[in-house]
Amino acid sequence: MDPQTIIARRIAQELRAGMLVNLGIGIPTLVANHIPEGLQVFFQSENGLIGTGAIPAEGMAHPMLTDAGGRPVTALPGASTFDSAMSFGLIRGGHVDVTVLGGLQVDQKGNLANWMIPGRMVPGMGGAMDLVSGSKRVIIAMQHSARGKSKIVRQCDLPLTSIRPVDLVVTELAVISFPKGLATLIETGPGVTVAQVTAATEATLAVPEHVPEMRF
Amino acid sequence: MQTISVEEAVAKIPDGSSLLIGGFMSVGTPERIIDEIVRQGKRELTVVANDTALPGVGIGKLIDARLVRKVIASHIGLNPETQKQMMGGDLVVELVPQGTLIEQIRAGGYGLGGILTATGVGTEVEKGKRKIDIDGRTYLVELALRADFALVHAFLADYLGNLAYALTARNYNPVAAMAGNTVIATAEHIVPIGVIAPDHVMTPAPVVDFLIGNP
Repeated sequence: MDPQTIIARRIAQELRAGMLVNLGIGIPTLVANHIPEGLQVFFQSENGLIGTGAIPAEGMAHPMLTDAGGRPVTALPGASTFDSAMSFGLIRGGHVDVTVLGGLQVDQKGNLANWMIPGRMVPGMGGAMDLVSGSKRVIIAMQHSARGKSKIVRQCDLPLTSIRPVDLVVTELAVISFPKGLATLIETGPGVTVAQVTAATEATLAVPEHVPEMRF
Repeated sequence: MQTISVEEAVAKIPDGSSLLIGGFMSVGTPERIIDEIVRQGKRELTVVANDTALPGVGIGKLIDARLVRKVIASHIGLNPETQKQMMGGDLVVELVPQGTLIEQIRAGGYGLGGILTATGVGTEVEKGKRKIDIDGRTYLVELALRADFALVHAFLADYLGNLAYALTARNYNPVAAMAGNTVIATAEHIVPIGVIAPDHVMTPAPVVDFLIGNP
């Protein structure tokens, strides 16, 4: 399995029937491909849709039915549409059960930086700050390292997305949660040892006596 | 409400105006009004919108033509031209969290001075803003936003100017329509009164100043 598939499949296991879920761009989008058949999860697209479905078949795209990137999507039976005020009311108001977002850095207290690299990448925060501040549960989907550097750091040096810490980080090497505000290794990736994870991680990880491997 | 041509409508927009423009990555953006603004070469505009779409598309056309002095938006990452003009100092870009931006516009249109939100607390967004603690949680004071003109695009408009939007093309449109001093609308279809049932009207006719007729 490639890193992205490991991450997406593992996060899909966190979703339950009836949840309202918002997926960010990049690896988070792939999570939708790994939901067990028949499990009813509501996916929100923050441009104003609950019940976002797959990419439309050839010739079936509608110019007024799109995802947050402006690409055509479909709407599943039971879908609903609304304006941007309601869309962010759902997000800020605690109605979104899970948001899955990409990350640039997460620090050992669970703080997330994912919206800009000063002087280099200033795309705007879009909905990210609202999603992290308001969702019931925030899951970060990202590769463990970028250009050989751990993305799980002691302290974020990039601008934070929110002061609300994230709940779970899933990489191809590890699942990390933050009980009592401390980064804790709760699973390792397939075929990965605890020693390999700690060696690849800048942050100090709490390591329980028994750390299981991800299971698919 | 008055029905006019797109040429007449855009002629009412002076250089230097602020424009609230509906749409999300150009979906639900009044493309005909944008094209006419470019044709008439309106200058020094301030644009308030979710994003600046892509080069050559929607609000991106205003950026390409260098008609915009300032953008207030939540995301410009998909338009390299906006970023280029911003980095080059030709364009002022104010980036606002999306949920805050839409609520600032809503507040502007609903007669509120602003809103309180926890989004942005402890980040670069809080710089220069007042903070208020309520029941142990800290909120930023975000002020209301209005504009000289709201430019919106509906799916259906009836002869009176009642508007209904379609699917994800609704986005900022009904909120923006409340917050423009002058509201100009286009629609995919102009239909007889009654075709939009009262329960399905999303922007009531009295809010709309000008409806642009079919070409």
